[in-house]
Amino acid sequence: MGDNLLSVRSLSKRFGAVEASKDFSLDVARGELHALIGPNGAGKTTVLNQLSGELTPDNGHIYFDGRPITRLRVHRRARMGLARSYQITSVFNQLTVRENLSLAIQAHNGHSFRFWRRAGDDPVIRGAIGPAMERVGLEDRGDVPAANLSHGERRQLEVGMALAGHPKMLLLDEPYAGMGPGGAVELTKLIQRLKSEITILLVEHDMGAVFTLADRITVLVYGQAIASGTPEEIRCNAAVRQAYLGDEDDARGNSAC
Amino acid sequence: MRKNDLERDTGQTAGPLEGVGKQLVNRKTLAVAVAAVMLLVLPLVAAWLDEPYLLTLFSRILIYALAAVSLDLILGFGGMVSLGHAAFFGIGAYTVCILSVHGFEGTPVLSWPVPIGGNENALLLWPAAILLSAAAAAVIGALSLRTSGMHFIMITLAFAQMLYYFFVSLEAYGGDDGISLFARNHLPGLNLADDRQFYYLCLAALAVFLFLADRLVRSRFGMVIRGCKENEPRMRSLGFPTFRYRLICFVIAGAGAGLAGALITNQTEYVSPGLLHWTRSGEILVMVLLGGMGTLFGPVLGAMTLLLMEELLSIYTEHWMVYLGPFLVLVVLFAKRGVFGWIAGGNGNHG
Repeated sequence: MGDNLLSVRSLSKRFGAVEASKDFSLDVARGELHALIGPNGAGKTTVLNQLSGELTPDNGHIYFDGRPITRLRVHRRARMGLARSYQITSVFNQLTVRENLSLAIQAHNGHSFRFWRRAGDDPVIRGAIGPAMERVGLEDRGDVPAANLSHGERRQLEVGMALAGHPKMLLLDEPYAGMGPGGAVELTKLIQRLKSEITILLVEHDMGAVFTLADRITVLVYGQAIASGTPEEIRCNAAVRQAYLGDEDDARGNSAC
Repeated sequence: MRKNDLERDTGQTAGPLEGVGKQLVNRKTLAVAVAAVMLLVLPLVAAWLDEPYLLTLFSRILIYALAAVSLDLILGFGGMVSLGHAAFFGIGAYTVCILSVHGFEGTPVLSWPVPIGGNENALLLWPAAILLSAAAAAVIGALSLRTSGMHFIMITLAFAQMLYYFFVSLEAYGGDDGISLFARNHLPGLNLADDRQFYYLCLAALAVFLFLADRLVRSRFGMVIRGCKENEPRMRSLGFPTFRYRLICFVIAGAGAGLAGALITNQTEYVSPGLLHWTRSGEILVMVLLGGMGTLFGPVLGAMTLLLMEELLSIYTEHWMVYLGPFLVLVVLFAKRGVFGWIAGGNGNHG
């Protein structure tokens, strides 16, 4: 598997009559930003759920960091360094920004069967909380309940929580969904900054963002990977153009090839 | 919302928020302090009014408060809606009662496989009650925590009812009729037969449990539990083996209810399967809801409100339930954070 951090081999998953993943394979090299794109209903989220462990594939294998993780449970994968951020932002609304991040830090620093000392006084958490807030630009918002954050800030917090455990790889599920133009610019900056430190699998609808950020792109149609390559290769791939980019991108595609 | 926008504009995060926090703490602290003082001087008031019954009533209230606080650990903080909490209460009560009766008679509880004799020493019996309740909670929790939502409610209810029928059919210990204690347990240095001493012991037990619970909910463990309440799948994807944490929380709550059970046996000097019936679980649940779920002092106020209302209404009418029911509906509709939330105000997430 060489220098691939994540390797997926012939994954298949069926929901009744629907084949959500069909002989799906994917290689994500260490350090790259790999984007997974595809039309609505192509099975992107199903793939992501199998990678993070929320779904078990019917067939196929997943290797992460050289180890098979196909049947490993969600929290074990997270502790191996495979972090995920969700399409529907799922931060803990009742907790403050600081508490949200300290939970994420806790998850990766020993067990939490500690009943006596206040969580905020734990030296490990105290040491890590500042940098964790800074990393996603929330250092001034520590005591604000997550419910009171703006949409963009909640995204930042979501990503911050995924990063708090210093994962090897980040699965980003449609981070641009529901984001205004201002927030999108901020987010692109954030992802660009992250790109240098961490391997990322980006699932995204926003083509502009994908072609700006991605080192390589895999195109998913009806649960199957129909192409994989650099943004230029994908732009010029006939099958992709036909299946996915379609008419709307014809002009742009022609000029690029 | 508006306040936060304001803070962002002026760039002062700590200032206004801190002020709000302080005011909130003060009002809460005040409420708790007043309640504590009232409970401390209650025996004097009872003596002055020549109403010894007050002591009995309030001992009962304190014991149920302890059970309610323990339930709130899983319900209000952990988001596990158990309708079988009385099972642990009952197991604690029966443990103490059965061992005491044998201790009084001088007969063995078990002669095989290991001989176990009876005893009347609280220092042995009460820890035994706590341990057995915790063990029962471990077994019941391990099975029922594999489900969630409505299934969890039904499974905890089913287990509690199983235990209820077990004790109903346990003829050796009174079956349906229950069984009486010959005397309260012995505790070195105290005379539990004295109602006033027993009252203070209950108060101390509640205070210690509240203190421990307060440490617990603010600890790393407590944070994990609160996270699980809000979004368990997310906790798993952060890397927490959530099942273990929730199970331990369930066991701790069971242990607390077991201690309450040990105390109630000594208070009433009688146990019956009714202690485990699902209506009892419901009553404890109502105390939590009434007082304020997700706070520690809420359930104490809830137990107090419910039992006092029960007492007062039953002076005037036999059908006090008719009045209590609508009252509960009103509280649930209009004071969602319960009596404690109403008194303490603000939106602090734990007390």
